Amino acid sequence: MLLKIEKRAEYSRVMVYLTPIIALALTVLSSVILFELLGVNPVEALFQFFVAPLDTKYEFSELFVKATPLMLCAIGLSVGFRANVWNIGAEGQLTMGAIVGSSLFIYFPETESVFLLPAMIIMGAIGGAAWAGIPAFLKTRFNANEILTSLMLVYVAILFLSVLVHGPWRDPQGFNFPESQTFSDSADMPILLSGTRLHFGTLLAFLAVLGAWMMMARTLIGFQVKVIGEAPRAGGYAGFSQKKIVWFTLLFGGALAGVAGLSEVSGPIDQVLPSISPGYGFTAIIVAFLGRLHPVGIFFASLLMALTYLGGETAQINLGLPVAVTGVFQGMVLFFLLASDVLVHYRFRLNTARKVAP
Amino acid sequence: MKLKHISSLFGAAAIAAGMLMGSAASAEDKIGFIYVGPVGDHGWTYRHDVGRQAVQKEFGDKVKTTFVESVKEGPDSERVIRQMAADGHKLIFTTSFGFMNPTLKVAKQFPDVKFEHATGYKRADNVSTYSSRFYEGRYVVGKIAGKMTKSNVIGYVGSFPIPEVVRGINAMTLAARSVNPNVTVKVAWVSTWYDPGKEGDAAKALIDQGADVILQHTDSPAPLQVAESRGVWAVGQASDMSKFAPKAQLTAIVDNWDGYYVARTKAVLDGTWKSEDTWGGLKSGMVELAPYNSAIPADVVALAEETRKGIEDGSIVPFAGPFNKQDGSVGAAAGEALDDGVLLGMNWYVEGVEGQLPK
Amino acid sequence: MSGFEWIVPVVLTVITAATPLVFAGIGELITEKSGVLNLGVEGMMLVGAVSGFIAATVTGNYFLAVGAAALAGAIMAFLFGVLTLSLMANQVATGLALTLFGVGLSALMGQEFVGEPVQALAKLDIAGLSDIPFIGPIVFGQDALVYLSFFMVIVVSWFLYKTKGGLILRAVGDSHDAAHSIGYPVIAIRYMAVMFGGAMSGIGGAYLSLAYTPMWAENMTAGRGWIALALIVFATWKPGLVLVGAYMFGGITILQLHAQAAGLNVPSQVLSMLPYLATVLVLVLISKDQSRIRKHAPACIGKIFHPAA
Repeated sequence: MLLKIEKRAEYSRVMVYLTPIIALALTVLSSVILFELLGVNPVEALFQFFVAPLDTKYEFSELFVKATPLMLCAIGLSVGFRANVWNIGAEGQLTMGAIVGSSLFIYFPETESVFLLPAMIIMGAIGGAAWAGIPAFLKTRFNANEILTSLMLVYVAILFLSVLVHGPWRDPQGFNFPESQTFSDSADMPILLSGTRLHFGTLLAFLAVLGAWMMMARTLIGFQVKVIGEAPRAGGYAGFSQKKIVWFTLLFGGALAGVAGLSEVSGPIDQVLPSISPGYGFTAIIVAFLGRLHPVGIFFASLLMALTYLGGETAQINLGLPVAVTGVFQGMVLFFLLASDVLVHYRFRLNTARKVAP
Repeated sequence: MKLKHISSLFGAAAIAAGMLMGSAASAEDKIGFIYVGPVGDHGWTYRHDVGRQAVQKEFGDKVKTTFVESVKEGPDSERVIRQMAADGHKLIFTTSFGFMNPTLKVAKQFPDVKFEHATGYKRADNVSTYSSRFYEGRYVVGKIAGKMTKSNVIGYVGSFPIPEVVRGINAMTLAARSVNPNVTVKVAWVSTWYDPGKEGDAAKALIDQGADVILQHTDSPAPLQVAESRGVWAVGQASDMSKFAPKAQLTAIVDNWDGYYVARTKAVLDGTWKSEDTWGGLKSGMVELAPYNSAIPADVVALAEETRKGIEDGSIVPFAGPFNKQDGSVGAAAGEALDDGVLLGMNWYVEGVEGQLPK
Repeated sequence: MSGFEWIVPVVLTVITAATPLVFAGIGELITEKSGVLNLGVEGMMLVGAVSGFIAATVTGNYFLAVGAAALAGAIMAFLFGVLTLSLMANQVATGLALTLFGVGLSALMGQEFVGEPVQALAKLDIAGLSDIPFIGPIVFGQDALVYLSFFMVIVVSWFLYKTKGGLILRAVGDSHDAAHSIGYPVIAIRYMAVMFGGAMSGIGGAYLSLAYTPMWAENMTAGRGWIALALIVFATWKPGLVLVGAYMFGGITILQLHAQAAGLNVPSQVLSMLPYLATVLVLVLISKDQSRIRKHAPACIGKIFHPAA
């Protein structure tokens, strides 16, 4: 091979910041081709994807509304991924969090206590954590692979939600349609910015970013997570319990996903519907890696991901581009971002060394 | 250098797009459509998009129709509806039940924009609701199915046990048993509106349990394809699906939103739009029947046509008594008929449907 | 009814439900055996489904159609390979992005083909034996892809455990550093494995659009790619068990529909949960015996390989 990829002795700080820009440039270039092929002015299409969705204060706030569940789930998942615990069932944990959290309102709709919402948030976290606790139990007790168990439990959670919303949780005044009654004020997330949908859940997401950052950098458990992830044997010698880390990371990720679910139902959705999340739990996995499993990176990655969704909607309205284009476009952005990350730890070099026969 | 270049590119883009959008908004009225599925689902959403195209065709340069597809019934729908409203749309159709509350929320903030919500029950000064009495079509189909079945078992592929679907099952069952009292109806719920493989499997299961006419309240033509290959009868859903089952399709219950969409758009353009509740059936043309299969005997076709005309002129009412509920209690007494309120929340089977309705 | 006639149609239904899973599962198995985890199966299946459908519609030739599906799946997998093998991007994230991309791409490609029927893949009548009661239609009356799926399971089994190539593939998956130091081209082998996986996923997709439900509609795989991924872990990376798992999964789905049609009074959603819960249960049962997992699971799965120096 003429071109050689070589590991850097130390990761490149310049590239940490430069690669997203390189990825963006590559996206712009290839989108020109994509949009030309579709017969759309590429400049305008890119404008619709990246700029138009942020026109106004309201639209800007929507970016954070959309990013909130992604951020919460991705932060939770990233801690597990650092420890090589592959929870890919955040979607199910999000759903369970929403169910358990909103059960308080559903069964006590008359409550006007100021403690209702805090209790719902805590119950949401417990619900998500409990659902993630199942893979943790099966992993530590039976060695069952958590990728598979957490994924299977996603479908179970979604179907369970469907049972509730089509059955006992239906709005009594709702002609048997599958949705709950709308939440009362005391069960609603407070709005942060009047005239928008920016809600308290976004603050929780910010808190999660900061908290995870502190935890990974400053605490013993964060240290253990990193050691177990990078060198499980060393962790074993140091006396860190692998099982404990499995439990901790899954419960942590599940709790944050649960909070994400609850803040969706008692934030922008305002009632329990048969579908609570359009796949946030799965998208969050991509977000976690885009953010290089670092809380700050995840913060920006979730905003970027949210932007492509908003951009896709804008492009549909203003340019009539089908939603399929959003998928292709998102795929491209992600490919370039993931690919250009190679430059952080590696460098390309012309292979000048003469080939030596093995 | 690179950065500068990109920013100048965006700058140019902003100007270009700004000009384009500015000119577009002033020349024509924008009519928006929000779909729950992809326009390529060949079912529910596809028919709404056909309606949108009818509007575009009817009014040509006077309107610009826009749509957003695959909008999830969660927090996204409110944003998309709001974005359309803020973007200067005059009239916005939100075409799924789950868009009800988001539509009302946005409508409150944009009193000058008109909204039309499909299949819901909440209205406001600037929010109308509309739906189709698909059950009228299913009643006609029931007469055909009752006559065509030899095994006296009719299979029904259901999506979710909501009133809309239950109403269809009941109407079909009443009609089938009115011409053939031995008919029983088996239902298989697939817990999805759209999964061709699973819908097809459900049809197979029903056929294996003796059904020789298959109806469906899911979106894909898979159950018809199964019926075609197994040599039993089937009824299409949402569109004429005879292409997928030329031999098996008896007829199809076709959603036709074209007329309604054109009329409501015209009302907005004329300034005569009012908040209304439209629940149109065969008479209004919102529900149509695809051409009858030529294999249906003439007397059965005559019976079906008689039923259809009867429903249109009001002489036949599908949910007129006397009939019993599944548990043997009275559904409607002789000389009575269920009113729309009961129909809207229907959550019980009529006599003749097997199995218990999942609650 | 005199007894067991109902078995034949049920078995036939299970076969069609299981076949796409067998293809996707057996392909991904090879990918994973080489030490690569590609979560983009759903996306590759969809692109395969639409490519196969388009080729069948345009040419009317089903060999070409299946070939096109395999090629399309392999190209998608190649893209994944470039990112994860050459550029060392994270496999989990890239696989998920591949699915996003595949869902969108297939919808774009298929725009003109929605609502168009296509002739279903013909059922064969091998040696005129499909009329034999009971066994005939099941054993001798399937379409060619069903036989191909069984054939592939046998071939993959044989390849993995009876050939030198299989040995090398497993070595690469178990310890890429060791394999590299012996002189095996780790990256090239993984490219081949990943592309084989893509090709099989593509054919699995085409089975949906050409045989199972002969039509194209967006997102028609409806989550089967994910189930295929689950099957491999379920099967502890053994080809034969992938086959068993696919048929079990298909079987449970079909049985719950039958139970409903027979009037069983349980919410349909609960019945729909059964296949997933069963997978978890079986997984727990087989995972208890850790030695079995260790024997068959590729040790390097998901890990990035960069030849040191």
